[in-house]
Amino acid sequence: MQIVVCLKQIPDLQQIRIKRDSREPVLEGVPLLFGDMDKNALEEAVRIVEKEGGKVTALALGSPKLRDTIKEALAMGADEAVILTDPAFQGSDTVTTAKILAKAIEKIGPYDLILCGEGSTDNYSGQVPSRLAEILGLPQVTYVRQLEFTEGGLRATRDMEEALEIVEVPLPVLVSVTSEINEPRLASMIQILRAAKKPLQEWSAEDLGLSAAEVGKEASSLEIISNLAPEQERKNVTLEGEVDEVVEQLIDALTREGVIAR
Amino acid sequence: MAEILVFSEKDEIAFELLSKGRELKEGLGLGLAAALLGQEVEGRSGQYFSYGAEKVYLGESTLLADFYVEIYAQALQRMAEEGGAQILLLGSTKRGKELASRVAQKLGAGCITEAIDLRLEGGGLVADRYALGGNTVASQVIKTERKVIAVMPKTFEALPLEAGKGQTVRLELELPEPRVRVVERRAKEGEAVDIEEAETLVCIGRGLGAEEDLGMIWELAAALGAEVGCTKSPASDYGWLSEERIVGLSGKKCNPRLYLGIGISGQIQHTVGILGSKIIVAINKDPQAPIFKIADYGIVGDLYEVVPRLAERLTTP
Ligand SMILES: Cc1cc2nc3c(=O)[nH]c(=O)nc-3n(C[C@H](O)[C@H](O)[C@H](O)COP(=O)(O)OP(=O)(O)OC[C@H]3O[C@@H](n4cnc5c(N)ncnc54)[C@H](O)[C@@H]3O)c2cc1C
Ligand SMILES: Nc1ncnc2c1ncn2[C@@H]1O[C@H](COP(=O)(O)O)[C@@H](O)[C@H]1O
Repeated sequence: MQIVVCLKQIPDLQQIRIKRDSREPVLEGVPLLFGDMDKNALEEAVRIVEKEGGKVTALALGSPKLRDTIKEALAMGADEAVILTDPAFQGSDTVTTAKILAKAIEKIGPYDLILCGEGSTDNYSGQVPSRLAEILGLPQVTYVRQLEFTEGGLRATRDMEEALEIVEVPLPVLVSVTSEINEPRLASMIQILRAAKKPLQEWSAEDLGLSAAEVGKEASSLEIISNLAPEQERKNVTLEGEVDEVVEQLIDALTREGVIAR
Repeated sequence: MAEILVFSEKDEIAFELLSKGRELKEGLGLGLAAALLGQEVEGRSGQYFSYGAEKVYLGESTLLADFYVEIYAQALQRMAEEGGAQILLLGSTKRGKELASRVAQKLGAGCITEAIDLRLEGGGLVADRYALGGNTVASQVIKTERKVIAVMPKTFEALPLEAGKGQTVRLELELPEPRVRVVERRAKEGEAVDIEEAETLVCIGRGLGAEEDLGMIWELAAALGAEVGCTKSPASDYGWLSEERIVGLSGKKCNPRLYLGIGISGQIQHTVGILGSKIIVAINKDPQAPIFKIADYGIVGDLYEVVPRLAERLTTP
């Protein structure tokens, strides 16, 4: 089983601060990590290979900080990794991201399964998996919360709004997973140390046969006009004291606000 | 004439999009069309006309009986090319999102999913969506000639016309056999609850230790005349409450007059669903919990002490 897992490096969303006056997000100094559901995708790949044999390749497109971030994927059990860090890739949108990832997947070689998260934790557009499947001419099975192998293919349980849908599909296929599919493992110290010795490649646009004009901001299909936090004016009153007291204070406050009938 | 093409696998969402489409087409000088895909769909076209579709494309095939995104994308691409669609408006349901992305790739189009607003600004179409996990709202413009936008359900109101009529266009579709096969469909226990409409909303999170403890939450909700909502885990992981009750980025966006968050840390993916609340109250034992930053009133304490006492005081004045 040859599996490629696509992981996106994102800022730690809990650590993003918002500038009070301008409502702009502050991203400087915010640690980078892999998205939650991408880790679910990786965990699933590692479990499959532990059972069925084969190889897991972790693939990520992003800033050069990936050289560090990718170690977590290797420590979690990926056998090797490819990172795509060319400055020309900067400002990529879903169109160019899918284009670049597809080229990299073709270069990685034959595969049976491509695993993605159902959405990236920061953008949650869900576009990259579908676009990738279309470029690679693959069937896609999205929103998967359970996966098992059968003769010649796989059986997946899709988590849709109104129903669980069980589907069968032959390989190769692109699958995107939800956070319910598994509990990603925490890498042990030994695994972290071993990760440093695993094969890691870094490819540029040129390595993928892409020109700078085909990727990055110029080739991107979106223009962001503004990106600001929604306005929030809150009172931030902390009620303190014994339980009875705070409950009284709360009821008084809510009555004053006119949001509970008394 | 080039057109706006509307599709959703859910008629009510298509009607919302058609209603908005009527407004947009004036400013953009486009026609307004809708796509119907399935086995026998012609009977539904009248309703589509009554929401403003000037043209309805009929795509009928046994291969469209089940929703296979590859096949649907192919059918929709054909309809978009037939009428020279410049803008495709889809519903941002799970199926709608994957369809939007796959058809956009086929059409060489830029795409925005999970749009929460759509408007004309300086002659161009601007879409808003949450970004950075809900920390911000990004206003975006698609630069490609063709544009695909998947809009969140209930973003626009469905407004029927007094009378509407239009033209149906039946297309012969050449579709491949699907490679994916549905072998079973298990309906989820649906629940007719609309927490988006609640005036008062009590939400629980992972701070609640056990399913049995929901009892005291329902008592508090009853005392307040509130609905009960939750963060992701109590529904998706533990199955204590139905997924209709999830509040947040992938759940419902609520605008109650009073929101009470109990045992909820206040991660952005949840709080993005409560920003429209008039008053936010948080009960959490951790004084550092981020929910206190967006609360009007915060109680630092054990929910097992505070909730029963609060319910008691509200019922026995
Ligand atoms: C793409 C994506 C989409 C998501 N969409 C959603 C969404 O729509 N809605 C959503 O809710 N989540 C969503 N999530 C999950 C989200 O990131 C958080 O994991 C979730 O909101 C956390 O839920 P919580 O606050 O209940 O749990 P926790 O973060 O575990 O917080 C539990 C809190 O309970 C407090 N507590 C514990 N015991 C007590 C006690 N006895 N008394 C008082 N307080 C106590 C703790 O101090 C803690 O702050 C999404 C995640 C992703 C990646
Ligand atoms: N820059 C990237 N590098 C690797 N994988 C990505 C990247 N962006 C998106 N993906 C994959 O596509 C999924 C959906 O992302 P998105 O379309 O941004 O919601 C993610 O969960 C990843 O698996």
